[in-house]
Amino acid sequence: MSETDLASTQPPENPGRRRLLIWTTGVVGAVGAGLAIWPFAASWKPSAKARLVGAPVEVNIGNLEPGQMMRVVWRGQTIGIMRRSERMIDDLPDLNEKLADPQSEVATQQPEYAQNEHRSIKPEYLVANIHCTHLGCIPQVLPEVEAQPFDAEWRGGFFCPCHRSKFDLAGRVYSGVPAQLNLVIPPYHFVDDSTVMIGVGPEGAA
Amino acid sequence: MAKPASNLSKNVQAVGAWVDERLPVSKTWREHLTEYYAPKNFNLWYYFGSLAIVVLVIQLVTGIWLTMFYTPHADMAFGSVEFIMRDVEWGWLIRYMHSTGASFFFILVYLHMFRALLYGSYRKPRELIWILGVLILLVMMAEAFMGYVLPWGQMSYWGAQVIISLFGAIPEVGDVLVEWIRGDYMISNATLNRFFALHVVAMPLALLALVVLHLVALHEVGSNNPDGVEIKKHKDEKGRPLDGIPFHPYYTVKDLFGVGVFLILFAFVLFYAPEMGGLFLEPDNFVPADPLVTPEHIVPVWYFTPYYAMLRAVPDKFLGVMVMGAAIFVLFFLPWLDRSKVRSIRYKGLPSKIMLALFVVGFIRLGMLALGDGTPIQTLESRIWTAYYFAFFVLLPFVTKFEKTKPEPDRVTK
Amino acid sequence: MLASGLAFAAAGGEGLENADINVHDKASLQRGAAMYVNYCLGCHSMQYLRYNRLVEDLDLSEEQVQQFLLSGSQEVSDPMLSAMDADEAEEWFGIAPPDLTLTARSRGPDWIYSYLKSFYLTEDGWNNTVMPNASMPHVLWELQGIQRPITESHTNEEGVERVEIVDLELDEAGTLSPEEYSDHVRDLVAFMEYAAEPAVLKREKMGIWVLLFLVIFTGLAWLLYQEYWKDVKK
Repeated sequence: MSETDLASTQPPENPGRRRLLIWTTGVVGAVGAGLAIWPFAASWKPSAKARLVGAPVEVNIGNLEPGQMMRVVWRGQTIGIMRRSERMIDDLPDLNEKLADPQSEVATQQPEYAQNEHRSIKPEYLVANIHCTHLGCIPQVLPEVEAQPFDAEWRGGFFCPCHRSKFDLAGRVYSGVPAQLNLVIPPYHFVDDSTVMIGVGPEGAA
Repeated sequence: MAKPASNLSKNVQAVGAWVDERLPVSKTWREHLTEYYAPKNFNLWYYFGSLAIVVLVIQLVTGIWLTMFYTPHADMAFGSVEFIMRDVEWGWLIRYMHSTGASFFFILVYLHMFRALLYGSYRKPRELIWILGVLILLVMMAEAFMGYVLPWGQMSYWGAQVIISLFGAIPEVGDVLVEWIRGDYMISNATLNRFFALHVVAMPLALLALVVLHLVALHEVGSNNPDGVEIKKHKDEKGRPLDGIPFHPYYTVKDLFGVGVFLILFAFVLFYAPEMGGLFLEPDNFVPADPLVTPEHIVPVWYFTPYYAMLRAVPDKFLGVMVMGAAIFVLFFLPWLDRSKVRSIRYKGLPSKIMLALFVVGFIRLGMLALGDGTPIQTLESRIWTAYYFAFFVLLPFVTKFEKTKPEPDRVTK
Repeated sequence: MLASGLAFAAAGGEGLENADINVHDKASLQRGAAMYVNYCLGCHSMQYLRYNRLVEDLDLSEEQVQQFLLSGSQEVSDPMLSAMDADEAEEWFGIAPPDLTLTARSRGPDWIYSYLKSFYLTEDGWNNTVMPNASMPHVLWELQGIQRPITESHTNEEGVERVEIVDLELDEAGTLSPEEYSDHVRDLVAFMEYAAEPAVLKREKMGIWVLLFLVIFTGLAWLLYQEYWKDVKK
């Protein structure tokens, strides 16, 4: 029997050594598989070409009149640059009680240097990613003080046609609308008085 | 401590049983791994089948990934490959895995086929395994050829031009057929697009299906072995072959070691010689396709060269194409051409051994000759080896029937 | 000029001089990039290579690239395109100068190296032994100087006389010595080799670690295989 018996039916001489080898080979193999997966996962990151398209954008704002807004595209997002009038800036604190986050306390929505009453570096200029924070539509810009079908006491701001979210002229969201978060303020800084660089914050505060 | 563990294992068992009643998981596991008995005397030649499956998986995964970044358009294909090589993070690695994998796939499959020739693995009852294998080789060739067109370099373009023109050799319908394959009056974007669809969807599906059938057929009759003797002839009281060992764990750990050695070689080529001196990635394919200029040296990739040499050896277009086709077609009949009393080369006579050795030398020489300049001496040698290639199959029935064989052992030897 | 005599077998690989480049030598690549921009980029684009890649790979700062490599209104994120209009170029040279991003892969570094050292001047103008009748003039002649061909005439059995160039000799010295010229060309070729496959830097550096890992894994798999097969060999 012993010679003709199936080899595999013989119990291992040293089961401890066998178990140790199974585990070490298994662990090293798993580490290898994990490392091999990395290039495939990383290849999904924006390519070098896409990152170039995502490079900072320099914008000349010298011709912007008070109350006017211009749009530029940065990383495929529409960035609104609005020059606010005195009236618009003065109105901002009065709206606080109608808003969901009047003090801009949600840190993800703006860089630290724009976490202030007017949500900007200079009170006069609003630089905001104007895609609605609900589902990404681009709201209408209704800067004037006039009664609207959706708000009789409209003080000017952004109104999203997709799901009726409202934002004020600092991009702060009204309470009671589908959007929960203020418009995103991208990193930016002033190169000089009439030039804004979008994509890079002021030195040391990107 | 022991209690929750046993509870857990009880639960796992319960889930396992639930699944098993609905899907034969553990049954399949037993039948194809732990209670699938393979001869215990497999040698080096028996690594290449499992390694070919490893490469198939590499090709599928890297291929899917390349599809994400490649653009199948005549104006953009070449640039998109450079985009993969430069701008996609790790794109170069994925692309080299795919290009290196293609060549290794053929190396492994040729070695795997040589194993079958050595030990008579195509003999009864394994004829279908062999036939399915030859079909796999055919689909691989189509797959590799179409894949080579996709980078849209000079070799892609002119390789496609030459290979598709071969169909023009068919009398009467040739020209119409060529036009139909190209979808245009020259190799063009239309050709590129259909090759892309076939390369990434149709051929891989066919390849997978054939590989599954190849394995199902193998597991139905069981593996041959270097002695060519049937291990099922001697079983123990439980019906297990005395010379068989369970595939798992014995051959899984052995193949795991094989995979390790293979990956070392694979990685070495990938990281230090991805072009392999112009054999795996040809220099001319780094020039964008130009319909106005044909490259000076136009040769197919190395794995097609033996057949290409046969084409060049015949001084007639139609006959050349026929000879090339016949060289593959004749493989299908191998199981019925070998009439020997024994399967393995170990017990065949000297004439068989010499014939097989010459066949291998001839195949390799043909591959090398196709890369040469085609001097008269080289052409003569190509003709001799082409003639021998076919002579091998013609002589096989007679030599194997009449030569003196050594007695086969009853059981496998060491 | 011993080596240039070897360069006459022209295409085919044999007879080319070994460029002996080192793509991992950053200083050499930097010098090569500057040479390319100064002497080649006027006509030959490298459309698949962007300047900012040089910042990443060649240890150059963005300012250095801007100062030494960019010209006109180009930006760091631009590809290295020649300012020459393709149609005009075709008029001047007969053919549009080819893009050279991948030439080191299609021709090989040795070919470029030999080619750039094999220009000679006759009454008919510039010519080249590696690529006879090339439409490109010798743009580096001020560096190398002027080479003249040494010819031998052979008469074959049919009595047809054939003049063959057997060597090139330096007739008029350039601003560089022959050794310095070779070094300069070597830097240029190294840069072109890098440009043809920027991933080569990472590829050759990480390969050794992948191989080491695989050797360890294979060693463990071998031990495991031997451990299990003790059952069988009994």
